[in-house]
Amino acid sequence: MGGGRNGGVAGAPGGGGDESERCLPGALQNLELALVGVAGGDDLGALVIVWGTPCGSRAGHRSLGCHHLPPSLPEQQHEVDKLYRIENKPAHSASDQLCFLVRPRIRSVKYVADIVNADKASGRTRKYKIIFSPQKFYTCEMVLEEEGIYGDVTWDEWSFYLLPLDDDIISMELPEFFRDYFLEGNQCWISTVAQALQLMSSLFGPFTRTYGIGRCAKMVHEVWREVAEESEGDSLGRKPEMGQVFLMDRGRGSGAHWAPGNAQDKVFNKIRNEHFSSVFGFLSQKARNLQAQYDRRRGMDIKQMKTFVSQELKGLKQEHRLLSLHIGACESIMKKKTKQDFQELLKTEHALLEGFAIRESIGFIEEHIDRQVSPTDSLRLLCLLSITENGLSPKDYRSLRTQYLQSYGPEHLLTFHNLKRIGLLTEQVSGETLTAVESKVSKAVTDRAAGKLSDAFSSLARKSNFRAVSKKLGLIPRVAGEYDLKVPQDMAYVFSGAYTPLSCKMVEQVLERRSWQGLEEAVRLLSGNEFAAAAPGTAAEENSWDSQRIILAVFLGGCTFSEISALRFLGKERGLRFVFLTTAITSSARLLEAMTESRA
Amino acid sequence: KLDLYSMVWDVREESLRECLVAAAPYGGPIALLKPKKDKSPGARPELHIYSASGVRLASTLWKNCPAVHLGWTASEDLLCIQEDGSVLVYSIFCEFKRCFRMGNEVLQNHVVEAKVFHTEYGTGVAILTGANRFILATNVDDLKLRRMPEVPGLQKPPSCWAVLCQDRVTILLLAIGQDLLLLDNTTCSTVTLPGMNPLAGSYLRMAVSFNYRYLALFTDTGYVWMGMSHLKEKLYDFTCNLRTPPKQMFWCTRPRSRQRAVALAWDRLLLVAGNAPKGIEYHLDEDSYLVPELDGVRIFSSSTHEFLHEIPESTQEIFKIASMAPGALLLEAQKAYEKESQKADEYLREIREQDLLPEAVRKCIEAASYEHDPETQKALLRAASFGKCFVDKFPPESFVESCRDLRVLSAIRDYQIGIPLSYAQYKQLTIEVLLDRLVLRRLYPIAIKICEYLRLSEFQGISRILAHWACYKLLEYEPRSGKQVPLLLKMTRSTLALSKAIESGDTDLVYTVVLHLKNVLNRGSFFMTLQNQPVALSLYRQFCKHQELDTLKDLYNQDDDHQELGNFFVRSSYTNEQRIEGRVASLMNAVDEYYKAKNEFAAKATEDQVKLLRFQHRMQKEEDRPYLDYSLHDTVYKLILDKNHKKAEQLYRDFKIPDKRFWWLKVSALAEREDWDELEKFSKCKKSPIGYMPFVEICMKHHNRHEAKKYTLRVAPEQRVKALILVGDLGQAADAAIEHKNENEMNLVLSKCTAITDSSVANKINCAKAQILKK
Repeated sequence: MGGGRNGGVAGAPGGGGDESERCLPGALQNLELALVGVAGGDDLGALVIVWGTPCGSRAGHRSLGCHHLPPSLPEQQHEVDKLYRIENKPAHSASDQLCFLVRPRIRSVKYVADIVNADKASGRTRKYKIIFSPQKFYTCEMVLEEEGIYGDVTWDEWSFYLLPLDDDIISMELPEFFRDYFLEGNQCWISTVAQALQLMSSLFGPFTRTYGIGRCAKMVHEVWREVAEESEGDSLGRKPEMGQVFLMDRGRGSGAHWAPGNAQDKVFNKIRNEHFSSVFGFLSQKARNLQAQYDRRRGMDIKQMKTFVSQELKGLKQEHRLLSLHIGACESIMKKKTKQDFQELLKTEHALLEGFAIRESIGFIEEHIDRQVSPTDSLRLLCLLSITENGLSPKDYRSLRTQYLQSYGPEHLLTFHNLKRIGLLTEQVSGETLTAVESKVSKAVTDRAAGKLSDAFSSLARKSNFRAVSKKLGLIPRVAGEYDLKVPQDMAYVFSGAYTPLSCKMVEQVLERRSWQGLEEAVRLLSGNEFAAAAPGTAAEENSWDSQRIILAVFLGGCTFSEISALRFLGKERGLRFVFLTTAITSSARLLEAMTESRA
Repeated sequence: KLDLYSMVWDVREESLRECLVAAAPYGGPIALLKPKKDKSPGARPELHIYSASGVRLASTLWKNCPAVHLGWTASEDLLCIQEDGSVLVYSIFCEFKRCFRMGNEVLQNHVVEAKVFHTEYGTGVAILTGANRFILATNVDDLKLRRMPEVPGLQKPPSCWAVLCQDRVTILLLAIGQDLLLLDNTTCSTVTLPGMNPLAGSYLRMAVSFNYRYLALFTDTGYVWMGMSHLKEKLYDFTCNLRTPPKQMFWCTRPRSRQRAVALAWDRLLLVAGNAPKGIEYHLDEDSYLVPELDGVRIFSSSTHEFLHEIPESTQEIFKIASMAPGALLLEAQKAYEKESQKADEYLREIREQDLLPEAVRKCIEAASYEHDPETQKALLRAASFGKCFVDKFPPESFVESCRDLRVLSAIRDYQIGIPLSYAQYKQLTIEVLLDRLVLRRLYPIAIKICEYLRLSEFQGISRILAHWACYKLLEYEPRSGKQVPLLLKMTRSTLALSKAIESGDTDLVYTVVLHLKNVLNRGSFFMTLQNQPVALSLYRQFCKHQELDTLKDLYNQDDDHQELGNFFVRSSYTNEQRIEGRVASLMNAVDEYYKAKNEFAAKATEDQVKLLRFQHRMQKEEDRPYLDYSLHDTVYKLILDKNHKKAEQLYRDFKIPDKRFWWLKVSALAEREDWDELEKFSKCKKSPIGYMPFVEICMKHHNRHEAKKYTLRVAPEQRVKALILVGDLGQAADAAIEHKNENEMNLVLSKCTAITDSSVANKINCAKAQILKK
């Protein structure tokens, strides 16, 4: 019992910029260890691995994670019969050993329990092993116990915390973080994230400065500090490679994060589109190179061949896979671009952001719903309206919800309840000023522990004050004349100059000041919980510019591509380099899907 | 190493050597079982219990079967494990409390060795029988015996063994010569230590740290391996000059410190080995006993009681010779100030120039907390208070709290009380537990003084102590070793345990407490406890959502949370109920709850859903086609597709579907069916609320230009050009644009013209544009 605990610490630090690449190898080794443990040694026999979608099987919510797993499974070494995906139906297999690679969710464990119990009922015995990634939770054991199969299965952990997606993007592949924490108030992933951060600092040395904002961010920071204090001094005496870390959560002033709607896709499209011919040229050149390298195999002697296989083939295969992925991506972008109603949608989004022609926009949204154009787009527009207008008027709130239910079914009564609860789609309350709400909240929150949760909710439920925040921080740039996308002037370029993502603006401002000073007003509007901390005894290192140049931006609850683009831009402008660590890559659509009730 | 007490007991060295000794951690009591004085059959052994300073608390004559081992529970009860496998429980005043057995097989085989250990589940006992089998009880208050599997080939007792606790699972590690074996519930497996010197020889001693994180092993070549208790990582190794096994071996580390060391005690030598080629050696004047603590080791002998610990970082910084740390400078500054020397200003300026004054104050406060000597404490606190004056708005809490804590600690360290807690132990133990321990010793006055001094609430403090005073019934709990979260798992401590767990941010811990509470409390008080802890409540709700739906409902009920109850019934209407009656009933329940929650919207919407569900059910039966579970929109759409216009109209009226929606959907449905006649009829039945552009668009979507054209004339003038372009009639589009005298429209048409086929149209527009320009 209890293996795989040693963390996915990768090997020696490599040189140069590809921070993200250092995260993988250790983690894969750990998986191997876990798999070896299935049968307890050399003779593994046929083995069936069942692996789950990271978030159980909530319909239509598959994360990237599962797409990345298969190639990394060491099938060759172990005679793996078959790989199954966890579906709602049990896996039928004749194998004597079943191995489940799942997230530590109740649903996944129940799925396993059903299989085991079905086997028991039909009198067959086989070995079962559950590998929890990235860790096992106590609830899993509780379920195993309640289902009466505690003694029938063995388990292990695969400490897979960090998945590099790009040379500056690392994902924790926890798309469920958003719903679990912000909607359900479940803090189970907080310690997971803290572990991931600790892993980061064991890979890159200690961070000299930490900034953060939001209740969730603060909690993560606290738990992380405890983990760090307890850990075995991994990073002791190491030079920091990444100087600063910035923790942000999706919780507060939520609105501003949400503005990015399809606008994001649009910019994405535009860039891709304008360079599409060149992108394609680039890809085909790459394809030819690959082929040429493959061809080198011919005419090698055995020794050369061996080196080739051990050193290059893996890389080539990887590139090959990436290539087909990229071509696929280009195709799907092209398809999306031609979608109807797109221009209208954009027009409405911009109108809402700027706060003009509200009635027309509402009319558009209503028609959008009535015609069943897209359930998520409609929801997003509704949220955007609510955020920018501080809630919907009671009449609109009523009629728009009615329309939505008529179009998409009564279960969305619960969807609206969820959205109201996290403050994305609310009704205007007359006579209740912000300060009144605030004092009510602070009175309610006396107990510190209780406060954490109710604050997490209330920070969301509170009026977002979008206009005030956006004015304070200048999120909507006033640029004279046309915004030239080819020569971007500021981060707002990711939304065609219409809007700067709040999170990015915040990072910019704080880095400039090296503190939160002067941002008090904006911070208050975002319900606070800002913090800044310097690592003790690192004063001397502060001057080493190289490490200060690299900033780890941590997004709790997911980060969008537009935020990544914006910070990359900021990095270029200021001679900084941002590395992104996020619980998942997300988009407003994905976040909304997480809030949506489905019949499944 | 610092002196705690000169022992006030009259126990001589020789007699101490013969005793069975047990000392409780956290400065707890010491029990001595003296063997009978002479060999005469009537003589009996004596059991004495002393405080840590040697004050005798109680004595009794031992009338039972020979004891093999003594140990203390977390609630300071003495466990006496006897040869026959029965375990007697005594209070610290030698009052017999109860007795339990470690299984019947021990009766014949006898207990050879025993160990008492502490985990978050409580205090446990492990015994090794004469048949070389291990039997384990993880919690003596909830006795469940675990007979460990047989160790293959074990003919004689292992040379050494220890209880490990990992992930809430208790396992045994034992050494047989050069082999190490790990014994869990079901299996026995051989393990190897990473980085173990292959020539080190046989294992003779092992030590697990207070928090079960570290493990040390001593071999017959004097080699000491130190590493993590999960056996995957080595920390250091060390070779002693002595090869005889030490009498005792314990970890001596401070939590959160980077230094880790093991203390080994032989007859006259104490050696501290860590990450250095040479250990620190102390000479022992007398036979001594080591008591592991979470931040060090206590050492007592017949005359003295000392505490060996690593000097905390803050203290080192300040008192290191010629230290220039901010704390050291501040202390110097304050001393100079008292001597009215101008150097005070120089020191102060030096700190302030580096902007480190708040840091200096903090360090002085911290160092004072760890200090045992009152004079040094005072000096440090004076320095802190001095420095504080020069810091703008330094938060006073830490200073005040630290002063109070030190007062409390110094009071209980007094030899008459005899609880030599260090600051770290005190923080770990919590004030509540300390109070309970004072109560346990019947030291009510000081307990009440402390409550008053710390201004604890009545509930926490005085009234509880008085209640205890009334009856000696005592509470127990277990500070979870090594971690900041004490798991105060007993009923009366449930809220404290729960909030501590929640504060830690560790949801596993929260679940552990919640599950425990669920088992020990009745449903009502269990729910009440949860109500006050939103984090725990929401966690438990999630568990119930999957495992215990009825409990979830009860939770909402208890809370009068009608909104959530309504949601609950709505959800269950489509997840749990299969039959239509059940689904309707569930929805009706939801309607009730929504009304109670004053959520009229949701109630109405749900009522509508009931109506729709019934309608769909009827249709499905009548038409033998699937209707159930479509949204209202989709139901109407389907009805139109199925040519059931009458029913569609009926829903349109009954559900007050807005005209616009109805038109949109009917137009699309008719077009999908390609029922162009019906579409035309519909278009003429009254004036379209959505205009006629959608008619044009939908016809074109279904590639019917002919039909599309029919509607172009009825399209509103401002959209007509667009409509005409859509159906491909550029000529008419041009005419319309020219008629409107709208340049934008003209340009739009122009942009659609191709040179070859539409040149005449293009000319026409260009002419018109020229004319406008002329004017």
